[in-house]
Amino acid sequence: MTQQIFRDHETDLAHRAKWWSSRIAIYGALILWAVICLFPIYWTLTTSFKLAPDVMKGNMIPWVDFTPQWKGWEAIGMSPEALQRDSTVRAEFLKRFTNSTVIALSASTLAVLLGSLAAYGLSRFQYRFGFMKNDDISFFFLSQLILPPVVLALPFLVLYKELALLDTRIGLILLYTLTVLPIVIWIMKDQFSTIPTELEEAAMVDGLGIWGAFFTIILPIALPGMVAAFILSLVLTWNEYFFAALLTSTHANTLPVMVASQTGSQGISWWSMAALSFAAILPLIIIGVLLERFIIKGMAAGAVK
Amino acid sequence: MSSAEQLHVVTSDEISPARIRLGRLMIWASAALLALVALAQVAQSTGRAEFGFTTWRPTLYAYCLWATALCWAQVVIRGERGKRTLFVLPAALFVVSLTVFPLLFGLVIAFSSWNLSNPAGRSFNGAANLVQMWNDPFYWNALGNMVWYVLAIVAEYAIAFSLALLLNAQIRARKFFRVAFLLPLMLSPVAVSWMIGKSMLEARFGPISRLARWLGVDNPAFFETAWMAKTTIMVMDAWTFIPFMMIMLLAGLQAIPKELTEAAKVDGARGWKAFWEVTFPLMLPVSVTAILIRIIFKLKLADVVINVTSGGPGGATDTVTSFIFREYRERSNVGYGTMLAMVYLVLIVIFMTVLMKWAARYARPRT
Repeated sequence: MTQQIFRDHETDLAHRAKWWSSRIAIYGALILWAVICLFPIYWTLTTSFKLAPDVMKGNMIPWVDFTPQWKGWEAIGMSPEALQRDSTVRAEFLKRFTNSTVIALSASTLAVLLGSLAAYGLSRFQYRFGFMKNDDISFFFLSQLILPPVVLALPFLVLYKELALLDTRIGLILLYTLTVLPIVIWIMKDQFSTIPTELEEAAMVDGLGIWGAFFTIILPIALPGMVAAFILSLVLTWNEYFFAALLTSTHANTLPVMVASQTGSQGISWWSMAALSFAAILPLIIIGVLLERFIIKGMAAGAVK
Repeated sequence: MSSAEQLHVVTSDEISPARIRLGRLMIWASAALLALVALAQVAQSTGRAEFGFTTWRPTLYAYCLWATALCWAQVVIRGERGKRTLFVLPAALFVVSLTVFPLLFGLVIAFSSWNLSNPAGRSFNGAANLVQMWNDPFYWNALGNMVWYVLAIVAEYAIAFSLALLLNAQIRARKFFRVAFLLPLMLSPVAVSWMIGKSMLEARFGPISRLARWLGVDNPAFFETAWMAKTTIMVMDAWTFIPFMMIMLLAGLQAIPKELTEAAKVDGARGWKAFWEVTFPLMLPVSVTAILIRIIFKLKLADVVINVTSGGPGGATDTVTSFIFREYRERSNVGYGTMLAMVYLVLIVIFMTVLMKWAARYARPRT
């Protein structure tokens, strides 16, 4: 028979209980919010494999209460079966997908290019453009963020009509570059100001010019920041709907416009809408999961100084 | 925002007068070409001459040429100093030509009666658009809605802050939760409109309606009454944008030095008290930045409204942007729509200036 020698003191026990309850509360809240965030994505993915009765009965779990079918993906020509034959819906979908990809990638590239150069210049040199000094120029760039798209939309509509840029990819690329440029400049200015100027000074002593020093020394160091800015721009341009809806009609439509036009038609074929929506969000979900730390870095850049 | 450290380079450029002359020539020649092309096009559009232009593209090309020449001439005329200007000049030219010019053009449109479906084209009508706006109850209603939408940010901020605190606590699987919490931000608002607005909130088969029925609500309808619809839109918009604030606040929390929180602990600050008296004041500057940026994004809210409710019921969910979007889509009324947008811009600029002035007092870190 053993006798317990060491006992937990009552206050310690209370402490343990408190610790456990706080753990449970924290994880409970975390899991609840994770469900809130992930359920719509799960719902869209599973609905794209459902048939009408499954939707109406509210079946949720594949293989348990419904059998997954390719019906939804067939509607955009992306089921394994449909992939083997030609389909007009797939061509349509791929055209929109390509448009979105090309426009988002080129606009982000252009914005990162222009924005990084401007941010570097502003963080290193004294400028005077007329009455504007460095701070005024920075403010001028950042103030573009306030400009609501709706102010630019109608003048651009008329201008693009005159310039035959309506419904072209170039037109959208230019506008998207403009909308993400302030964000890129913000992130990159923050990035460059953390790099000590001694680096360029040393490089210039070794005989490099300003641009040489920028490209060989500074750019590689600032690369993570540029990736962050690029990805953030990509997210914004890929998802943009307002300009795309106003300025494109048949040739340069992006995916969001296609999704929106399908939502409007009231015949609720949930499976095909779900497939289309999921196809539209999938690229960014992949980017989000793989490159999460860059996105967080980009958004945190402006917050903490 | 501006860094104190700047690069000081002394260069001894010997630039010959001939080179300077060449640079000036580049600028002026291209400018002359631009003026010439533009004049020719204006002459054609007013019917004085016929050059066979079909679009305004030639002017655009001439403008691009002039912009390139301007950048290049900087280096030709000013040598090393010009190379420095070359960092900022392209971006500045790009922004100026894509915002300032359209804005000026927009002002002209705003004061004219112009319906794109009307073959008569544009005609100047003075302040008539302003008068029409003054008497347009739907525009004022949309502006009023914007106030409510902006006020909803307070709730979003509270949720985002608690999520950031949770992520900053000692937890396992932090990376999983961070990715999961971030994902809504990556989704396109249009897809979200369908995923949540049209399917999950659908009255008969949507999972959220089922949940509401299970909880005892008889006829869940999320877009029937004005306030319910407005709240639903707010919730959907919050769902996408809470991660954005959360990440900024999380970055702020992680930047708080450990010594400070530990010192507070030693001094006996716990739980609520530690939060209100230590963490929260330290987080004020970050909070102000996050909220300001969130307000800017909120003022552009449109996609969800356009795609889920198109402003209904009875304009209860309309934002200014979605209202102008429909004004154009349904009536092709460019002139009036632009006037509404311009007034909105003026209101935003005033509002944001006041707000930033006011926030600047709080955003300064307390020492």
